[in-house]
Amino acid sequence: MAKTLKIALAGNPNSGKTSIFNNLTGARQHVGNWPGVTVEKKEGTCKYNGYEITVIDLPGTYSLTAYSIEELVARDFVIKEKPDVVVDIVDASNLERNLYLTTQFKELGAKVVIALNMSDVAEKNGMNIDAKNMSHLLGAAVIPTVGHKNRGMKELLEAVVNTAENKTGLEEHPIAYGKEVNPEVEKIQRILSKDSNLVSQYSPKWLALKLLEGDSEVIKVAENSPVWNEIQHVVNKSRDYLHYHIGEDAETLIADQRYGFIRGLAAETVQRPELERLSLSDKIDKVITNRLLGLPIFLLFMYALLKFTFSGSGFMVGWFEGFFEWLGGAAAAVIPEGIFQSFIVDGIIGGVGGVLGFFPLVLFLFLGIALLEDSGYMARGAFVMDKIMHAFGLHGKSFLPLLIGMGCTVPALMASRTLESRKDRLITMLVNGFIICGAKIPIYALFIGAFFFKSGATVFFLFYLIGIAFAMLMARLFRIFLLPGEVAPFVMELPPYRVPTIKGILIHMWEKGWMYLRKAGTVILLVAVIIWLGFTFPQEPQYSKDYEAMTAQIEENFAQQVALITTGFGTAVNEIEENEIFAKFAEVDSQFSAAIEEGGLEEGSKIYFALEKGKNKSFATLQETYPQQARLYVQYRALTPAKDEQLVAIENAMAAEQMEKSYAGRVGHAIAPFFKPLGFDWKSSIALLAGFAAKEVVVATYGTLYSMGETDLEAAEPLREAIQNDPSWTPLKAISFMIFCLLYIPCFVATVVFHKEAGSWKWTGFMVLYTTVLAWVASFIVYQGGMLLGLG
Amino acid sequence: MAQLSDLTPGKKGKIVKVTGRDAIHRRLLDMGVVGGTDFLVEKKAPLGDPIQIKIMGYHLSLRKSEAETIIVE
Repeated sequence: MAKTLKIALAGNPNSGKTSIFNNLTGARQHVGNWPGVTVEKKEGTCKYNGYEITVIDLPGTYSLTAYSIEELVARDFVIKEKPDVVVDIVDASNLERNLYLTTQFKELGAKVVIALNMSDVAEKNGMNIDAKNMSHLLGAAVIPTVGHKNRGMKELLEAVVNTAENKTGLEEHPIAYGKEVNPEVEKIQRILSKDSNLVSQYSPKWLALKLLEGDSEVIKVAENSPVWNEIQHVVNKSRDYLHYHIGEDAETLIADQRYGFIRGLAAETVQRPELERLSLSDKIDKVITNRLLGLPIFLLFMYALLKFTFSGSGFMVGWFEGFFEWLGGAAAAVIPEGIFQSFIVDGIIGGVGGVLGFFPLVLFLFLGIALLEDSGYMARGAFVMDKIMHAFGLHGKSFLPLLIGMGCTVPALMASRTLESRKDRLITMLVNGFIICGAKIPIYALFIGAFFFKSGATVFFLFYLIGIAFAMLMARLFRIFLLPGEVAPFVMELPPYRVPTIKGILIHMWEKGWMYLRKAGTVILLVAVIIWLGFTFPQEPQYSKDYEAMTAQIEENFAQQVALITTGFGTAVNEIEENEIFAKFAEVDSQFSAAIEEGGLEEGSKIYFALEKGKNKSFATLQETYPQQARLYVQYRALTPAKDEQLVAIENAMAAEQMEKSYAGRVGHAIAPFFKPLGFDWKSSIALLAGFAAKEVVVATYGTLYSMGETDLEAAEPLREAIQNDPSWTPLKAISFMIFCLLYIPCFVATVVFHKEAGSWKWTGFMVLYTTVLAWVASFIVYQGGMLLGLG
Repeated sequence: MAQLSDLTPGKKGKIVKVTGRDAIHRRLLDMGVVGGTDFLVEKKAPLGDPIQIKIMGYHLSLRKSEAETIIVE
């Protein structure tokens, strides 16, 4: 059996950890979540020297405190899972701050190997690092690596194996915390050693340090110790002693000592150039976040991101649509017509197609985000926007999800992950739905077209602004009442600009895209089927009119009229085509349509016109000879289209009634009184209900309910006219309806993704409820207020 | 002695003490804002807040309200 090793990759954000993880594990990766939290967990495997090595990628952190989930996850993993080796990725060109994390891993008692990453950049900047000396001083192997060029990986694994086997020959050098702190640490350690159970799980020195620092999680652990009273007493005494005699709190003193150790280490092992040159990155930064150019450049980048996401993915969206259309068609051809066919084609294939319809968008979005993130711009965008966002109780980084919301709420919610604080993340997600997304545009096009055509663009823009205003206002309110507290600090590294690697970007994009499919896919399919069931059943409701009899009546009338005409020609109904005179007339028509088809001519073109003239002339000649038959022939030709039109009208009326009487339609009827004070009738309540499936369905539902049959969203003129001519609609009602659509629950795909991101039913329930209540209240005020002012 | 927030871009200095509490204090320590460290105020954001400093060889941004908690010389 192969020997196994478990190693953890740790390091600061931007230290190049991801590329080293990718180098080591290649495609043998697995992405999941850390149990109980929404922090991503990546795992992979690699083989080296007879070892089967499991690599766990810890979240990128600067420290190991109890203040953030990421840091807790990282340190709990080291404490509880006890990896054989912690590989600490250290950015060589940013040594001091990176080593701060290293000192804390050593405090935890972990076996550490240091990857001195991006050592090429450090060298280029004129830094000279003595890795060998450093490893002696640290008591841990130090291996120079260049992650994005895949250099130093073999040496790194060699050091990992040696460290695991205790064959490095390096001596441990504990960090000294100075003559003030050290004695206090030792005092606490002595008390702790009385609890053998506790010290078998944790390094006593680390516990002592953390208790001195006042780490909330460690205190929770220690509280269960039988000697907690003693511990508490000693810790408090030590903290007070340090505070009154040194004038500093223990936390600061310990941090000072760690940095002191690092400074000493750097002084002995690092040679810096005399004069620091302005790096290319610094020069770029001078322009990009310039006082004057900063904002315009930001707007330009964001425009480019949206354009890239929504236009760039167009071709792929086309592929997906084409594929699902083809699949639907193929299934319809194989499966006999009926309820099962509808289930497969409309329910399953339609539902899955709906989910995958977002997929290219998500892929391109994450590609764009990865580009901005890996190049170093993302942090600058937040830097530029923080002042505005902060004014509304949001964090600088919230700009990104809100912006993406203009395209689609689904990827926008996923993008809110870049926010570190859970409160900031929740607030950003809660208000995201108010930004008008792409799928809502047909609703506005329909109603603005019907009632505010003259100032269409202005009204449309106004609704965008109303949406943004609501988002900002609600964010502010949530910050004050619901999730009070400070916005997460903006103490943030602005990483150097880098050219992103293609491999890194593609892996990033695929991971996020796959996550979307896996997380949302199954639930969405289920809901799609439920919605289909709701609108499809019962299949044969109790219709208010006997449509079948009406259809039969039309067919009968048609047959009678045909019989009358054929009698005029002197033949039986089924022999009319063979009638000599009839054939002469038919010949004129068929010649004309053959010529049109052959030339691919369009109505209104010159040749078409000429041909039509010719046809009319031939017809007139025939008419002179057979005046009576000519009249009958014209009648005969008009009969079929007239009949078809009547049949379609009945079919559409039937579809409208079927929808009205379906289970979903009944629910729509049942909730209609609830919408009455807002000025909506039952048609609108069904449309709003259907809008939960997807916002563009609102328009399609109106199409069916107004007996228009299937409505093309891009060309809804007949429906627009029908709504315009419907006396129950007024401009005020249209405004009220548009306000409601602006604010009420996002579509169920977004709701599912919200739930996955928020991770609790409580928040999902709250989101669904508050958006609906807010929409109702706002529409109520608009409609009733308008009525009072006499605008109805 | 002054607050970091009082310094204009281009000014250099040394951190004396961080006076803030809890999360923000901790965060600053983690990012290397500790007594005795040299820094350079690089710039302000286009809207005047946050600011950007260079410390320990990297760029750090922080809001003015956060910079107020840092005593420098």
